[in-house]
Amino acid sequence: MGEWAIRVADLRKQYPGRDGPIDAVNGLDLEVRVGECFGLLGPNGAGKTTTVEILEGLNKPTSGDVEVLGRRWESQATEIRERIGVTLQETRFPEKSTLLELVGLFRGFYREGLEPEDVLGRVSLDGKANSYVEQLSGGQQQRLAVAVALVGDPELLFLDEPTTGLDPQSRRQLWDVILDLRNRGRTTVLTTHYMDEAERLCDRVAIVDQGKVIALGSPADLIARLGGEHVVEFAVGGGEPPPDPSCFAELSTVLGTRAEGDGYALTVGAPHRAIPALLDYLEAAGRPLARLTTRQVSLEDVFVALTGRHLREEEADAARASKPGRRRRR
Amino acid sequence: MSHYHPLLGLYVSRLREFYRQPARLFWVYGFPTVLALGLGLAFQSRVPESVQADLVRNAASDPVEKVLRDYDAKARAGRKQGVQLRVVPEDEAMKRLRTGKTPLVVVKATSGAITFRYDATRPEATSARAAIDAILQREAGRVDPIRTEDTVVNEPGSRYIDFLIPGLIGQNTMGGGLWGVGFLLVNFRIGKLLKRFTATPMPRRDFLLAILLARLTFLVPDVAVLLSLGVFVFGMPIQGSLWLVALVEVVGALAFAGIGLLIASRAQTTETVSGLMNLVMLPMWIFSGLFFSAERFPEAAQPFIQALPLTQLLNALRAIMLEGAGPTSHVVLVALGVLSAWAVGTFLVALRIFRWQ
Repeated sequence: MGEWAIRVADLRKQYPGRDGPIDAVNGLDLEVRVGECFGLLGPNGAGKTTTVEILEGLNKPTSGDVEVLGRRWESQATEIRERIGVTLQETRFPEKSTLLELVGLFRGFYREGLEPEDVLGRVSLDGKANSYVEQLSGGQQQRLAVAVALVGDPELLFLDEPTTGLDPQSRRQLWDVILDLRNRGRTTVLTTHYMDEAERLCDRVAIVDQGKVIALGSPADLIARLGGEHVVEFAVGGGEPPPDPSCFAELSTVLGTRAEGDGYALTVGAPHRAIPALLDYLEAAGRPLARLTTRQVSLEDVFVALTGRHLREEEADAARASKPGRRRRR
Repeated sequence: MSHYHPLLGLYVSRLREFYRQPARLFWVYGFPTVLALGLGLAFQSRVPESVQADLVRNAASDPVEKVLRDYDAKARAGRKQGVQLRVVPEDEAMKRLRTGKTPLVVVKATSGAITFRYDATRPEATSARAAIDAILQREAGRVDPIRTEDTVVNEPGSRYIDFLIPGLIGQNTMGGGLWGVGFLLVNFRIGKLLKRFTATPMPRRDFLLAILLARLTFLVPDVAVLLSLGVFVFGMPIQGSLWLVALVEVVGALAFAGIGLLIASRAQTTETVSGLMNLVMLPMWIFSGLFFSAERFPEAAQPFIQALPLTQLLNALRAIMLEGAGPTSHVVLVALGVLSAWAVGTFLVALRIFRWQ
């Protein structure tokens, strides 16, 4: 099987749409190494789920080359299915099944696999083994979905937005499960639109937008590509029209500028030099400082820098609402 | 316990899902039982119903009242048709007639003449008039030239309940097949469970086979509950072979499971599937002879009605249970043929167009 768990070249998927065909996936290339946790990151509708479903054999590509665990869906579908584990977004398992029965049912589909009891222990649901599915919380149901995916002892695991809609504590519990899998050397492909999740869990990340990979690398790599490691966010007061972000480009150690909500975000190399320069500039321009914060650069900044848009629509909408008529693309 | 064969695992999980839902148990077993009991008691054969009449109270009404009351007492003792009489003032009698509370008002004038007031379009009014007229005429001395005798037919096997029980068994088979297969599959599709199953090496054939086997398993209590109700509560005789009943039921259940599968093959929402179910079931409830014989519909509609699977299932069940039809009788052969055609046809089409995702 070699080094690659997944190889995808020039993958395309076209759906018929009302105003002509829609390219959900538009020339996507991807290589996932054996043993890594690989993140597909992107906003809703970027083509992540379509891509993953093609990899899982649940959807057929319009064109392109797909190899999973060194095999092809056209000729070796059952062999691939024996070796992969899948969680979908929001699977509703039969309510009146106990956890043990459900995991046992799925165990029966695989020639080789793990003991259902052990798998439930792996996701910390062993105490609930004899409860009905309907008695689980949302976070527990997601962990159950992971347990069901693990029971065939897969070489490759797909997790499609595993923590969407979960409370912070449930998210952390699920992260622990995924980190545990990574430590056991299992290949995992994870889609998410949470940046912190990808930074925390993934060895490498592909940022997907409009059906293409627009950036690829480890989270640290991608962040480093922005140049600076810090973001200075501020807003200015005064009734005047707001200054253009480019005004701040010449300040000491500033590497990137953009408008952000009702203020600005500067990517800087050294905050202790950039902030005094910024304060001096505002003082000279006669604009009072309304707020000022600094933080570490995140993958979110990488995404905004690449696309001019936020990952999650609600944040983008909030930003748009606060700045009518202004486009933040650069 | 965990290392089930996929088919066995799927089959057992279907059974569990069913018996762990008390509400479903009620709709499948409780409801038809209550319906059969209710209709059975309502149409139970008993003493012929009394005729009903109001007599206007006046100076001449007393002797008439006495004649009718005496007749009634004698009739009831002999389990024959009596007279249920009310003696009321004229105003009230006329009001009760207008509002349909009594079918007949009898007025005896002081001159001796008797007037009947009634609406001739109401059958119970004309029969009450005829009965009371005859009683009063005989009492006054009329002698009937011919002696007549009544024999009431009340044999088990020919009562309404005997007609109804096979109907309810057939309709339960239809409901079980359509809901138990169609609704279930659409719910699985909506919950992405079908998709989740197809992402495993599970043989798809096993999945559908497990649903069918579970359906045939549920058929046993389905039929047994209603059949024992008929036999043990209503004393319904079963003339033909129970094995033949079982065979017809199995083929019928497969036909309805095929229709359920066809309905579910593309539907994406519960609204769509419920609508389709009703579209399919409503004509059969009306035309297939569930509550009254399908032969009452016009001749021109018969080819359509006889092609419906429920019609054929009910024809065969009634022929076997009530008339003792054997496996080679025309009715049973036709029913088995039509039901098999439905089963094979729907499965072939459904499997071709079925959407797993």
